[in-house]
Amino acid sequence: MSWLEILTLAGLGAFHGLNPGMGWLFAVAIGLQERSALAVLRSLVPIAAGHALSVFAVAALVEGLRSVLATRVVAIAGGLVMVGFGLWRALSRRHFAWAGMRLTPWQLTGWSFLMSSVHGAGLMLVPVLVANPPPGVHQDHALHAPSDPSALLWQGLAATTVHTVAMVTVAGVIGLLVYRVLGLEVLRRAWVNLDLVWAVALIGSGAAAVALTL
Amino acid sequence: MPLWKPDPTFYPSPRQAVSAPAEKLAYVAAFDRAAEQPDAIAVLDVDETSDSYGRVVGWTDLPHRGDELHHFGWNACSSALCPSSPHPHVERRYLIVPGLRSSRIYVLDTKDNPKAPKIVRTIEPAELAKAGYSRPHTVHCGPEGIYVSNLGGADGADGPGGIALLDHDSFDVLGAWEIDRGPQYFGYDFWWHLTRDVVVTSEWGTPSMIEDGLVGELLLGRKYGHSIHFFDLRKRRHLQTLDLGDQHQMALELRPAHDPTKEYGFVGVVASVEDLSASVWLWHRAESGDFAIRKVIEIPAEPADAADLPPILQPFGAVPPLVTDIDLSVDDRYLYVSAWGIGKLLQYDVSDPFAPRLTGEVRLGGIVTRAAHPAAPDLALAGGPQMVEVSRDGRRVYITNSLYGAWDDQFYPDGVGAWAARLDVDLDNGGLSPDPRFFPHGDEFRGRRVHQTRLQGGDASSDSYCFP
Repeated sequence: MSWLEILTLAGLGAFHGLNPGMGWLFAVAIGLQERSALAVLRSLVPIAAGHALSVFAVAALVEGLRSVLATRVVAIAGGLVMVGFGLWRALSRRHFAWAGMRLTPWQLTGWSFLMSSVHGAGLMLVPVLVANPPPGVHQDHALHAPSDPSALLWQGLAATTVHTVAMVTVAGVIGLLVYRVLGLEVLRRAWVNLDLVWAVALIGSGAAAVALTL
Repeated sequence: MPLWKPDPTFYPSPRQAVSAPAEKLAYVAAFDRAAEQPDAIAVLDVDETSDSYGRVVGWTDLPHRGDELHHFGWNACSSALCPSSPHPHVERRYLIVPGLRSSRIYVLDTKDNPKAPKIVRTIEPAELAKAGYSRPHTVHCGPEGIYVSNLGGADGADGPGGIALLDHDSFDVLGAWEIDRGPQYFGYDFWWHLTRDVVVTSEWGTPSMIEDGLVGELLLGRKYGHSIHFFDLRKRRHLQTLDLGDQHQMALELRPAHDPTKEYGFVGVVASVEDLSASVWLWHRAESGDFAIRKVIEIPAEPADAADLPPILQPFGAVPPLVTDIDLSVDDRYLYVSAWGIGKLLQYDVSDPFAPRLTGEVRLGGIVTRAAHPAAPDLALAGGPQMVEVSRDGRRVYITNSLYGAWDDQFYPDGVGAWAARLDVDLDNGGLSPDPRFFPHGDEFRGRRVHQTRLQGGDASSDSYCFP
């Protein structure tokens, strides 16, 4: 992975961590319920795990496909899926519905996995994943040939880890800031419609991925 | 279109909701008992600085007759900020308005012209029947959509009553909410401890027990509801029943603490068949982990001459208080209790919920007293404080005077009339007094009776909160 790719993955992680819906808000709610800053941080562990699982599912799929198909094909297909998914997110008025606030760590992991998945968190990484040349393959040839599956899978895992560490760091900092310093009032002022931003980001980067590959 | 910022009427916590600006409009369910005119949503001007303050300034007739509007609620509220299924960029703009008699549910849009809500959807009884229910009652906005409690079963079945789930956006009936209702059969009110995954439901009776009036034999036979039920909000399964004892007939309004770290709430009981007293009970999480309940307020019947009483009460020689609605202020400090029979609205300081302290009372109407409003001192009032709604800041209390068509006729046989009043609260010392400038009544309501009030932007019984 190049530094640019690492930075992009981390940047997307930070972007996901910023979103209250992705977990820090839940962590703050649990912290307030238990009156403990430690509870805020503790609940971010399963939230990060769920997010990582959701992202890795997409990464593994992309890398798996690259082991049998030309990366160019994967990139175009991935881009089209992103555009379609983004359009659906932008046009659908449906929102994620989950009843229940008292969750075991496993349930919280499941919640985070579903929440990240229905928002297309992993999909957003597709352009970075396909831009990343398979190990041992020079960038010039990377778009054309299938590559070694296990090396690709390790690459997907590495990308997921970089992304998730950035995500949970940002989520933890914001969660603690809101819990300790800012207070909940910030929600009313600063919680912009990130669902809309995400949809636009998916459509834009999906379209760019297709355009750049063609 | 979804909003860019959260709907400004949503508050993460009750602590913040009390700082909400004062409401400017109030929506009131108005119904024609004779079913000759359509029922309506009346719009009251509640803005003190307005020239038309205290007047009916808007009116939306419904397209059918005989719906019997009763309770209603908002499509979305502060629960949209809850972190498990956040959707704060929806708008609080639709009123979900059930017809308790017709089983129709109307959706009214208040956005374009808040003084003239527009009907945008009618859910017919056959659609509600898909959930297995009829006679829709309480509406709450929650994590999985819009929840509507019902008194009756579908396709002519008297029961069981229960909760139907409606889609947040399309308002389609999704089905019955319960997966396992346990021994619960009667429906009436419901609410929840949202952060504890607990739903509470209460019991009135089935349609055949109420629609033609209060049935004396059923009451004396202790057949009306006298229990409350707890469900798991997530698993939709029955957890526990608390029986108040069958002498305590009709456990109606449920008011859980707004503070999401608290697990207690109040339920009002209409009448004890032993002495006609009414009562308020407190449920709370006991050390065992189960819920427990105890009586914390008892209001005795007032002796009266049989000659002054309607036929249904003459054998008893007393006026039952008939606690028919209660409401808890958003800061969980004051509990308001309607005693519709004796014509009183009582205010209790419930800072210690186990030991309520009476801090104020107002007399208006009443079966025998017929107490007048200061705005019209010569007008003997029928009905009494019934539906009670509290502003988010806790400073204003709104009341209306009709209970339920067929029951109004039994307790106020010479006509219950129609009036609404606003009471101003002394937050520091307790106490409340009628605002002499606010008394819409009589013809102002165009021959309809008035039931529940909802305040623009939310009120003490519309929103639930996930953050303390």
